[in-house]
Amino acid sequence: MGFLDIKQATKSYGSLKVLHETDISIEEGEFLVLVGPSGCGKSTLLNMIAGLEDITSGEIAVRGRSMNGVRPADRNIAMVFQSYALYPNMSVAGNISFGMEMHGIAKPERKKRIGQVSDLLQISHLLDRKPGQLSGGQRQRVAMGRALVREPDVFLFDEPLSNLDAKLRVDMRTEIKKLHQKLGTTIVYVTHDQIEALTLSTRIAVMFGGYVQQLGTPKEIYDNPANMFVAGFMGSPSMNLFPAKVVSVDGRPAAEMWLADGKSATVPFAAETLSSSVGRDIVLGIRPEAITDRDGADRNSAAVHMVEAPVEVTEPAGSDTFVVSQIGGKDVTGRFRADVNVRAGDVFPFAFNMEKAVAFDPQTENRIA
Amino acid sequence: MVTASNSRASSFGRIVLYAVLGLFCIYYLLPLYVMLVNSLKPLSEITAGGMMSLPRDWTFAPWLSAWSSAQVGVEATGLRPYFLNSIVMVVPAVALSTLVGALNGYVLTKWTFRGSTIVFGLLLFGCFIPFQMVLIPMARMLGLMGLAGSVAGLVFVHFVYGIGFSTLYFRNYYAAFPTELVRAAQIDGAGFFRIFLRILLPSSGPIAVVCIIWQFTNIWNDFLFGASFSDFSSQPMTVALNNLVQSSTGVKEYNVHFAGAIMAALPTLFVYIVAGRYFVRGLMAGSVKG
Repeated sequence: MGFLDIKQATKSYGSLKVLHETDISIEEGEFLVLVGPSGCGKSTLLNMIAGLEDITSGEIAVRGRSMNGVRPADRNIAMVFQSYALYPNMSVAGNISFGMEMHGIAKPERKKRIGQVSDLLQISHLLDRKPGQLSGGQRQRVAMGRALVREPDVFLFDEPLSNLDAKLRVDMRTEIKKLHQKLGTTIVYVTHDQIEALTLSTRIAVMFGGYVQQLGTPKEIYDNPANMFVAGFMGSPSMNLFPAKVVSVDGRPAAEMWLADGKSATVPFAAETLSSSVGRDIVLGIRPEAITDRDGADRNSAAVHMVEAPVEVTEPAGSDTFVVSQIGGKDVTGRFRADVNVRAGDVFPFAFNMEKAVAFDPQTENRIA
Repeated sequence: MVTASNSRASSFGRIVLYAVLGLFCIYYLLPLYVMLVNSLKPLSEITAGGMMSLPRDWTFAPWLSAWSSAQVGVEATGLRPYFLNSIVMVVPAVALSTLVGALNGYVLTKWTFRGSTIVFGLLLFGCFIPFQMVLIPMARMLGLMGLAGSVAGLVFVHFVYGIGFSTLYFRNYYAAFPTELVRAAQIDGAGFFRIFLRILLPSSGPIAVVCIIWQFTNIWNDFLFGASFSDFSSQPMTVALNNLVQSSTGVKEYNVHFAGAIMAALPTLFVYIVAGRYFVRGLMAGSVKG
């Protein structure tokens, strides 16, 4: 039993099931990120933890206490909303103290805690202002202050950074991470941004279509995606997924892939896992950073193989150059060093690090190796 | 490009425009002028002709008479007791209907339930029922409740009739009010009424002013309900004004009638002037990005 347990929880609106049987259990102090595209059920799940939506079946428990039917106010949770949801008629201090006031905390104590939290978030000079007089980043801080001051068991964040501009978003992301490390609080955080998910979390639940597709640490999710959805959703640029065929070369399994100039290339897999699947069609998944120029390849990898492929587009991005070719009819992006001399139309050697390659079943889209 | 002749033509057009607007202003203000000057002259000046001329002999006597001593119906009390009746009727009726409208709007947008749209539809329907249709059922109701012929009965009638419009106003206003604020307050531990009183009501200034202006004018100016459901002691201002003008004990005191009519119109004018400023201020509040 963990600190926050979600057991077989579902949510239906009439006959429409928006969240299928979900099991997640996290320990105290963990940072769980629910990530997925719009309509995947992540916000619904968060609202169910908050008590803003009923649980259709199953159970949600905090510290072993079942939360089914418990009012949001009695769950000892705090939530930061996407729109910040600051009360427009109250000052910053009023916003922060409202929850404590509702819970009957005496005025001197309220004042003390407002002082502590506003010092922590560096908003002490804003306490007398109204939310309308604050910038987006300041509102964000106040919203977090309102949550922090309650000293809840679990913090819920509903896409808190998506209303901020790009630069501020990165700053606030770091700040949230620092805050989590400093306070050691338990956080459930909803976002559609996979970078936020990877940078902030101790564990990620990737959601799609009302199902948790995979639950794991950022590294597990990134390196060992359970299916093609997770592989394609997490990472930027996203993982290359293209059709290939398992063949046998010198008794070892290898992937045969079809290049744009009509030739085919064969590269051996690093492991023997697929030796029983010779002749099978697969979808090969390989991240852009595992397709490089020769000198950029990982020197610690024992399975780097060169493939001469025609270059379709190059995209210099400052620190790297992304080089696009076509394999099996799909665009495949490689991450080359910035100063590699490569032009569109060239036939260029691509270094495939097969230690990082994964294989999926084209029908079920599930991982096979 | 604006040429000299062009700008001359446009300034000519402007003069014509303002002249026409000025004429309309005079046209609309003329009745007020007539009422005002005639309420300030002795009766002899009016009967001698010259309705349009300024008083030669300025006097406040018609105002004093209309207020405290003119014959209204059978008693020579002036309009004062009826003015007070109207105040006693209009203030609670406006306050109650506005408050209940706000509460309805809150429930219909933030705590929607099965059939809430039907309830709202029925309330809207209530806005458009002709007054005449409810006269007899309402009289029966008031009789059963023991409120017939009393100011309290009038308050009740106007309160009930006002709910439809005030609900409409507040529902539409709260529909645009972010639901996340209600959810945040729920998590903060506020209940149904606390959220209403602490979060929604303080942000409802503009729509409350619109609602109050609308209700106040309607209820103050109502004649039909006032004439139907009141007795001598509970008549509102509008009915008393009618009685003042109709009571003939000899000569028609036009100057007193004019003064009484202005008195009857003053409170609504006052509400427009005082609250209208807040009204505009409320509408402008969100328009400038902070």
